[in-house]
Amino acid sequence: MSMKRRVFLKGTLAASTVGVLAGAGLLAPRAVLAAWPKSAFDATSVDGALNGVYGSSGAADSNSITIKAPDIAENGAVVPVTVESSLPGVDSITIMSASNVNPMAASFSLAAGTAAYVSTRIKMAKTSDVVAVVKSGGKLYKAAKNVKVTIGGCGG
Amino acid sequence: MGNTIKARAKIEGGECVVKMLISHPMETGQRKDKKTGKKIPAHFIQEVTCDHNGKVALSAQWGPAISKNPYLSFKFSGAKSGDTLKISWADNNQGESDSLETKIR
Repeated sequence: MSMKRRVFLKGTLAASTVGVLAGAGLLAPRAVLAAWPKSAFDATSVDGALNGVYGSSGAADSNSITIKAPDIAENGAVVPVTVESSLPGVDSITIMSASNVNPMAASFSLAAGTAAYVSTRIKMAKTSDVVAVVKSGGKLYKAAKNVKVTIGGCGG
Repeated sequence: MGNTIKARAKIEGGECVVKMLISHPMETGQRKDKKTGKKIPAHFIQEVTCDHNGKVALSAQWGPAISKNPYLSFKFSGAKSGDTLKISWADNNQGESDSLETKIR
């Protein structure tokens, strides 16, 4: 049963977006997955990823965004990153690792009462910038922090 | 799947601080199996949602660049001790997901 469902879902994925929505809605109530911005995660550049998430790559540099990450990460597979912003009305935070094959790591949508703060752990292929983009009042702001990686996190 | 989420939500200084750990391989799809030389298929969490009393407080879209056994922490206001926080995730392997309900301390 589960195999058949998988095959069916693959078929629907190849069809139109409407098909995906209908298929997901009928077979598994996970329509939320349809919101996953595939083009952003497939993008090979920071700007491409931004276009995929926000439909624009024009982010202004801001010093109201704080990125907490180690200066030197011994293990690129686990790099703790905390992004915080003092900008008002932040409704989205995106974290990227600039030199990864696909820079996009994660995007967070924040409700009105949720603080402009997320902390997670990401993989970094090599020494590069961790880029944080914050959406506040419909505008994009970004900040970057260089992290030296001694052992890459993508070879295994 | 079950018991993949460990979470703690606590009121600290007027804000609810949520910390969670999820057990998941977060396979990128770029690693090769050393024995067979074949690529290990990508298997990672795509969507994480946190509901406070039935209302979404945070939703996250993840890619394979999130570390294995992901950690996530965030803060939100307007919660009180005893409220319900529901955390759920779904990965790219259609059908795999888990959720957890916890009380805010």
